[in-house]
Amino acid sequence: MSNDATLPPSTGAHPDLIGGLPDGEQTEHFVAPFEHGVSFDELPDAPPKARFRPSLTGWIGIVIVAFWIAIAVFGPLLAPYGENDLPFPDDYSEFQAPREGAPLGTDVEDRDILSRIMYGAGRTIGIAFAATVMAYALGVVLGIGAAVSGPKVDMVMSRINDAFLSLPTIMLGLVVVAAVGSSIPVLIATAGLIYATVVFRLARALGMEIMVMDFVEAARARGEGRWWIITREIWPNAAMPLITDFGLRLIYVILFISSLSFLGLGVQPPQADWGSMVRENLGALQYGQSIIPVLAPALSIATLTVAINLIVDDVSAQAGGRLSKRL
Amino acid sequence: MQKTRNHGDRIHGDIVFETRDLRIGAIQPDGSEIRIVKGVDFQVRRGEVVALIGESGSGKTTISLSALGYAKPGLSFTGGEALLLGQDVTRMSVDELRPLRGISVAYLAQSAAATFNPSIKINEQVTEAPVLHGTKTQAEADARALELYRALELPDPETIGDRYPHQVSGGQLQRLMAAMALCGDPELLVLDEPTTALDVTTQIEVLKAFKKVIKEEGAAAIYVTHDLAVVAQIADRVVVLYNGEIKEAGPVEEVIDRSKHPYTTRLMDAIRPMPEAGQGDASSDEHLREAPALEARGVDAGYGGIDSSGRPAVPVLRDIDVAIQRGKTVGIIGESGCGKSTLARVYAGLLPAASGDIYLDGERLSPDLAGRTREQLRKVQFVYQMADTALNPRQRIRDILGRPIDFYRTAEGMTRRQRVEQLLEMVELPVQFADRYPHELSGGQKQRVNLARALAANPEVVLCDEVTSALDTIVAANVIELLKRLQRETGVSFVFISHDLSTVSSFADEIVVLYAGMVAEQGPTDRVLSPPFHPYTRLLVSSVPEPRVGWLEEAAATREAKAGASGAVTLTETGCPFFARCPLAIPGTCETVDPPTLDDGNGHVIECHRSLAELSA
Amino acid sequence: MTGLILRRLGIGLVTVLAVSVIIFFGTKILPGDVAQIRLGQAATEENVAAFRERLGLDRPYWQQYLGWLSNFLRGDLGISLASDVPITNLIADRYQNTIIVSGLTALIGVPVSLMLGITAAMFPGSLYDRVLTFVSVSLVAAPEFFTATLLVLLFVFALDLGNAVVVGSTEGKGFFELIAHFALPIATLSFVIASQLIRMSRAAVLNVMSSPYIEMAILKGVPRGRIIFRHALLNAIGPIVNVVALNLAYLVTGVIVVEVYFAYPGLATLIVQGVQSRDYVLIQGLGMIFCLTYVVLMLIADIAAYASNPRLRHPK
Repeated sequence: MSNDATLPPSTGAHPDLIGGLPDGEQTEHFVAPFEHGVSFDELPDAPPKARFRPSLTGWIGIVIVAFWIAIAVFGPLLAPYGENDLPFPDDYSEFQAPREGAPLGTDVEDRDILSRIMYGAGRTIGIAFAATVMAYALGVVLGIGAAVSGPKVDMVMSRINDAFLSLPTIMLGLVVVAAVGSSIPVLIATAGLIYATVVFRLARALGMEIMVMDFVEAARARGEGRWWIITREIWPNAAMPLITDFGLRLIYVILFISSLSFLGLGVQPPQADWGSMVRENLGALQYGQSIIPVLAPALSIATLTVAINLIVDDVSAQAGGRLSKRL
Repeated sequence: MQKTRNHGDRIHGDIVFETRDLRIGAIQPDGSEIRIVKGVDFQVRRGEVVALIGESGSGKTTISLSALGYAKPGLSFTGGEALLLGQDVTRMSVDELRPLRGISVAYLAQSAAATFNPSIKINEQVTEAPVLHGTKTQAEADARALELYRALELPDPETIGDRYPHQVSGGQLQRLMAAMALCGDPELLVLDEPTTALDVTTQIEVLKAFKKVIKEEGAAAIYVTHDLAVVAQIADRVVVLYNGEIKEAGPVEEVIDRSKHPYTTRLMDAIRPMPEAGQGDASSDEHLREAPALEARGVDAGYGGIDSSGRPAVPVLRDIDVAIQRGKTVGIIGESGCGKSTLARVYAGLLPAASGDIYLDGERLSPDLAGRTREQLRKVQFVYQMADTALNPRQRIRDILGRPIDFYRTAEGMTRRQRVEQLLEMVELPVQFADRYPHELSGGQKQRVNLARALAANPEVVLCDEVTSALDTIVAANVIELLKRLQRETGVSFVFISHDLSTVSSFADEIVVLYAGMVAEQGPTDRVLSPPFHPYTRLLVSSVPEPRVGWLEEAAATREAKAGASGAVTLTETGCPFFARCPLAIPGTCETVDPPTLDDGNGHVIECHRSLAELSA
Repeated sequence: MTGLILRRLGIGLVTVLAVSVIIFFGTKILPGDVAQIRLGQAATEENVAAFRERLGLDRPYWQQYLGWLSNFLRGDLGISLASDVPITNLIADRYQNTIIVSGLTALIGVPVSLMLGITAAMFPGSLYDRVLTFVSVSLVAAPEFFTATLLVLLFVFALDLGNAVVVGSTEGKGFFELIAHFALPIATLSFVIASQLIRMSRAAVLNVMSSPYIEMAILKGVPRGRIIFRHALLNAIGPIVNVVALNLAYLVTGVIVVEVYFAYPGLATLIVQGVQSRDYVLIQGLGMIFCLTYVVLMLIADIAAYASNPRLRHPK
């Protein structure tokens, strides 16, 4: 600090001149102490955030999903009975309450509910996963394809897609099943196609968003071909948001397949599947006998989908800011 | 709030606002604190404008908001005091603060467009604070608002308040925000970069209006800015901030003319004074013999479909002839929307011209990218304004720089790795940066990588689109130094596009002045910046703030400033687009007949109906 | 803005046509001959041919399509293959049941959910907000029949309030009696749309609350209530109407599962029966009704989004 313009800049400690000056005195010229040769670097951008660390709810989701995946894979090996075996052939009675040898009781045809849930896990999760993978394969390829194609191709593809998107999914499923009947390959293909429309829209929007980024234009200006731009510039940036969305889409596909099965149009008896188990055992409610035959499969679906949603929510909450900042 | 005022007067004399060892920080989830403001002391006295100046990250906005007892989400007051009229606002509850806000202290934000509620008419927003707080009736507030609209020289003051925010222009909205702040007759105004987003010719108007009302109202003000030249016009005292600490503070003449702290000195050095006119460049006609590196001839361009007569649906550029000489820098200058970036995109082939041609080394180029050879593409490189979006966030610097080396085969005997390291050294970055991702670099460092990627192609011409506009003053000055050095070392030509005449003029060999998609004037820098002037060039030159006290009053008094203040900028089919804002306009001629090209010799041309003699006056 | 809305209406019309094509031809790819299925294996060739002619199945597809579409527009949905009764008669008994349940759900579920979502956005990060968010995140991912089962568990098994299955006449019942009568389906559907509505309306309000003009209002000392009701809600209304329309459209899907779960005689159970008996005339007619409702609601959602933009509402 100095009042005298000819004084060299002070380097020592200084009294707090501004705060201490009497009112009205306006000539003060405060200079902070400094050392010669010290550079004033550009202040750094915010430090990069830590990697993804699940919160408590995220961990709960991960544990539950891992549990169901294990059941889906090993369920048939671990199940006490076959999916259509009668555990108590001598004591035939529908909707038996939980008892020794059948911890969840029996269903409408006196089969062991626990075993059927373990068998059904693989079928429900497998069909949904296969359908979602198919939806992604189709939707991402076509969506990003539309984004990098000319406006005319994009227009045609988007209009067709919009027409399908404007139908309620269940209604589309009903029409298809009515037309060609129900089987597991039909279910996978139907769900895959229906949800490909949703993935198409998302992938196209992401692709469009990235296409107008300067770094893509820089690649085009360099003379890069379409393949390079798709694989090296667009895909690495679209992958993360698409993977987050995969979880969400998986939930909707599980719900869709289960709903179809519940309506009697999905997986057909006697094969066990969680959605059709709810339907088969609805009678248990009407007679007020037991709620477990309905509750157990419904709860299985709910725990799985809610758990996936907890993970998705956690990832997007933590990645949200980062993703949008990077893009 | 009349009571508070008297109370404040009695006890605190002249001091309206004061901070004592003010500290503000962000508390992290793990309990640690990131300190943003590290113990700041300053005072604002009645009738005084105190400028807080600093670069991004200096904490200047955070400090200014403390006057309203407000900390941005995530930040909190961690120590010290901020005394507004003797009351410590950092320790007040929201209910206690509410009667002070808008009445004792009012805030003006950087972007008026974002701070006006889009769904509420302007007048209701302007009069809201005094009416809500009961210091004025609606009728009194309306009368006060009308008075302010007039004082701020807004058009149609009687009816402008009945409009919605999107129905008035940006410069008008900025002044309306001042009316909103002043309507409650505050003791203290906090202005946060209120003219930064405006064009220079608009800025001068708004600055003048701000200065006038602050003086008339006798209010104290805190003026936050990064621009020392603006500070010189409006402030009585200056506080220089760096990294949350005061580096220098004092009366404006003291700090600007006799800065003592090296940081202030560097800030001052980074401002480029306009070069003195008349320093003739002897070599300026030498280039005429050689074919230019890159040239546009009769280019029309725009967006949307092209109709049968060859005009695009949204025309942006009309009849552009601009040549770039080998090893030289051409500065292209104009206000936002004048088409300067569009011209660069036409050169690069990103936007095919609707008509006219681009020549590279005398050879006609295809208008679009697909028709150009790889070698042609290599020779013309483009550098974007925002390094954040220009660099793929998923690629390491090594790959960002390596790809053009592989693609154009420019390693020239070196390995790719060596060439990448050489490029990093050329742009003065450590070679270890090769393994980093873009988000691990600061803004200035990213811009250097952005530049290095263009150099990796060994180009003949580099098109720089506002490459320093998003950078802080000092960082921008360093990038300009780097560009000059690279040109000396590699002989590359630059097209330097900017809205900032002082930056361009310090660096360019030639200047092209664009207005509404047409070339108004072009030629060697010293000739463009000295008479004869195109009237628009004269307005631009007189609008660039100079870091000296009293400049604003001189500049605002010129006939250009008076004539140029209003009037829409549109690309016209015929005639001179500057007609509506021109002090020398000849009604009946200028708006109907295309202006003739006046040649001053030595490649200096002016498009104007007036004679060179008239333009020299 | 009128231009934009007209354009959107035009797109809506094209969509409806596209939907009718999808539904009509979707049901046409049925394997096997409809007439043969309908009349059974025992039918003679002459009988089958006569039947085909009666239904117009011998004409080219495009003629059949145009005929079907013009009949639909005149309110003639054709004759059920399964029961030989005009579809309109089949629907007559059931459509009001479906309308009552979805209408009451909208009437009760929508305002309650909006109130919860908006109040959650007013106190972001509070315990109230976090509990509500957690519940809606969980419910939004659960299938309708799980929610229904939980409610049955609560009402029927725990509270012993009566039979879970709702069948019976609605005639002569007052408003509150109807609600009691349909309590379980309405409650289930309300929960299903509430989880979406709460999340989306909360996000819509929060989005507005984080804008600079709200910060400006805070810095002008505007009280909290006025900030929310004058500054924020005015700008959030468009997005919220959009959210409501989207969720009502979702009801169209949700109602199918819920009707079947509660063995409730509505339109949805009818269409499921149609699929099981391969009654394609019934599927075409009902499918069009469901899809039309859905398309119209989506249309309203989009128009609400336009209307919420002040730049479009008050042009220069």
